[in-house]
Formats: sequence, C-alpha cells, structure tokens
Amino acid sequence: MRAVAGEFLQSFLSFLERIGRLARFSFQLLALTPGGLLRGRLLIEQVYNAGALSLVIIMTCGLFVGMVLGLQGHELLQRFGSVEMLGSGAALTLLKELGPVVTALLFAGRAGTALASEIGLMRATDQLSAMEIMAVDPMRRVVLPRFLGGAIAMPLLTAVFVVVGIYGVQLIGVQFFGIDQGQFWSQMRGSVELRDVREGLVKGVAFGVACSLIAVYEGYHADPTAEGVGRATTRTVVISAVVTLLLDYILTALMI
Amino acid sequence: MRPSRTIDVSTGLFVLLGFAAILFLVTQITNREFVLRSNSYLLLAQYENVGGLKPGAPVSMAGVTIGRVAEIHYDMKLYKAVVVMRMDGRYNQIPKDSDASIFTAGLLGGQYVGISPGGSDEVLKDGDKFEMVQDAIVLENLISKYLFNQAGKKSADAPAADPPAAKE
Repeated sequence: MRAVAGEFLQSFLSFLERIGRLARFSFQLLALTPGGLLRGRLLIEQVYNAGALSLVIIMTCGLFVGMVLGLQGHELLQRFGSVEMLGSGAALTLLKELGPVVTALLFAGRAGTALASEIGLMRATDQLSAMEIMAVDPMRRVVLPRFLGGAIAMPLLTAVFVVVGIYGVQLIGVQFFGIDQGQFWSQMRGSVELRDVREGLVKGVAFGVACSLIAVYEGYHADPTAEGVGRATTRTVVISAVVTLLLDYILTALMI
Repeated sequence: MRPSRTIDVSTGLFVLLGFAAILFLVTQITNREFVLRSNSYLLLAQYENVGGLKPGAPVSMAGVTIGRVAEIHYDMKLYKAVVVMRMDGRYNQIPKDSDASIFTAGLLGGQYVGISPGGSDEVLKDGDKFEMVQDAIVLENLISKYLFNQAGKKSADAPAADPPAAKE
C-alpha cells in the first residue's frame, strides 16, 4: 500500500516537473522571440517547412471535410425543409470549429512530428552539443525559428482550410444538389459575422502556438536514442491533439 | 543559391495564399459592407419598443438594403428607444414623411427596419428624424391581447345570457 502511494507520488512529482520545465522553456522562447523575428532567413525556411509543405494535405482534407459537411448538412436540413441554410450552417461550423481544430490536428501530424523528430535527432547525434561548443545557442539557432515558423503558419493554414472547405460545401450543395447559388451565398453572408471570423483566427493562432511549442519542447528534451526520438514524436502528436481539444473548449467558452 | 530561392518563392506564395484566404473570409463571407464613412449619413428614429432589433441589422427600402442600424440607445427624457441608422450615401432622396417600421424577416429571421416612402418633396438629411414610425411587434403582447379579448368576450356574453334565465 505504501509502495503504491510512493510510486503515485513519484509519478505526480515527475508530472509537475515536466510542467515546470515546459513553463521555463516557453518563457525562454518568449524572451528570445523579438530577436528571433529579425532573423528572416531562418524564419522563412521554417515557415516554408511548416506551412508551404503542409499546404497540399491541408487543402485536400479541407475539400473533403467541406464536401462531407455538404452531404451531411443537406441530408439533415432536408428533413426540416430548409436546405438553403446549408451555406450559413456549414460556413459557421467550418469557421468556428472544424477549420481550426482539424487544421491543428493535421498540423501536429504533418509539421509537429517533423519538428520533434528533427530536433530530437539533432540531440541524439550530438549536433546540439556541437553547436553549444561553437558558442551557437541552439535555442536561438534551432528551436526558436521552428517554433515561430509553426506559430505563423498555423493561422494562415486555418484560413486556407476554411476557404477550401466552403468551396467543397458549395461544390456539393450548389453543383450537386442544386441549391440556389444566390440563396446559398446570401444566407451565408446574412448569418456570419466578423466576430466569427475573428474567433476562428484566434483559435488558429492559439493552436499554432500550442502545437509548435509542444513539438519543439518534446524534440529538445527527447532521450538521445533512437527509441527516445520515436517516443518524443509519438508524444508530440498525442499531447498536441489533447491540448488542442482542451484549448478549443476553453476558447469557445470564452468567446461564445 | 537556387534552392534558397525556390524556398523564398514558395513561402511567399503560401503567405500570400493565407492572407488572400483571410481577406476572402472577412469580405465575402461576412455581411459587413465597407461603406465609405464620408459618403454615408445618419438618420434617427424613436420607438416605444424595438423588440429584437440589433446594431448591424439592415435598413431596407422595397427589400433593398440601403443602410444599417449603427446604434440603439434609450432616451431617459422621452422614455423611448432611439435607433441611429447609417445610410448609404447613394440613397439620399428619402422623403421627409417616410415611415420607418420594424419588421421581422421570415418567421424566425432577424428584425430589420423597413422604410416605405412618403410623398413629400422635402428629403431627409444627415441627423434628421423619422416622424412616422411603427414599433416592433412583440409576440407575447399580441397573444395576451388576443387572450384578454377572448376572456372579455366571454364575460360580456355571460351576463347577457343570464338575465333571460333569471326571468323564468
């Protein structure tokens, strides 16, 4: 009984330690951010890695999510005889929830894992130590640009996802089911307000910061072994997904 | 230098695409029309009850949106709600005796201000007030009025029916 309690206490303490380290790590990053924004070349490279390379998967998924939303929404609204509402319903769903959340999950899978395994491998092959010996701060040179690149790319990816998704809804609703084009768009415009767009973008920024932070943290603190890098990559996806959904609830409750 | 250049170009493309998407969301999906401030003018109307009218609701004439409700506040001296409307500058020929009523779009739609033109030669200018208004219809009031009418009818019928019975 005592042993179980002791073990439980130990694991709780190590959990607290992780949280503390994460907090310290994020404050370090925050303090370095103004300097990091000035190093354009590094930043552009990472925006390319996190953003431009994720574009294809984001657009493909956005299109299909939109098309499914069109099918399901049409099927549902048909029962109430108000298929014209499809535009506004789908646009609001995409803007406020599906866009930011699905983009964040895809982002964690596509860009987050790349960041974590890259930094973890640098740790495992002693590249980070080598940098320190050459008096190059790996936080500034490696971690910070990757974090900022991800945080900048995420809201832009979210916006692209939503626009492509709305195109997908339109494709199914207007082209396939023959909802009146004018009604579709005017219903959408009538019910979507500027604050809905703001909500989506704020969520995009928040999820981008959270997912990138988790990815670079897990990579930077990975065990320097092949297994450690693998574990760090897995943890990145799992923690990012959970944190995204938790944050989503909090942000929705705050902004609704 | 070549790979770095391709990275720059595709990053630029990505960022441009992202901002274009945001711009699309802000301008095409929302109902916010960018009315030029210099070109628009304000009109006022006072109501006993504005119902569910909200800032941003359309002001329409014959179904065409010609302005938006900019602000709603309560006047403590008149005990009336004051609705401030920002009108599109293109539509500046609204007769002075026009009537501004609060309607509901559809059965469950939002409320809007509908203007039906009067016959006066004088037109409303910036800061003018609508003389003829019609309040929002509150469903509860309508129902309670109907119910009271029914109850009133019954109690009016009852005494009329009683006397003959009493005579016998």
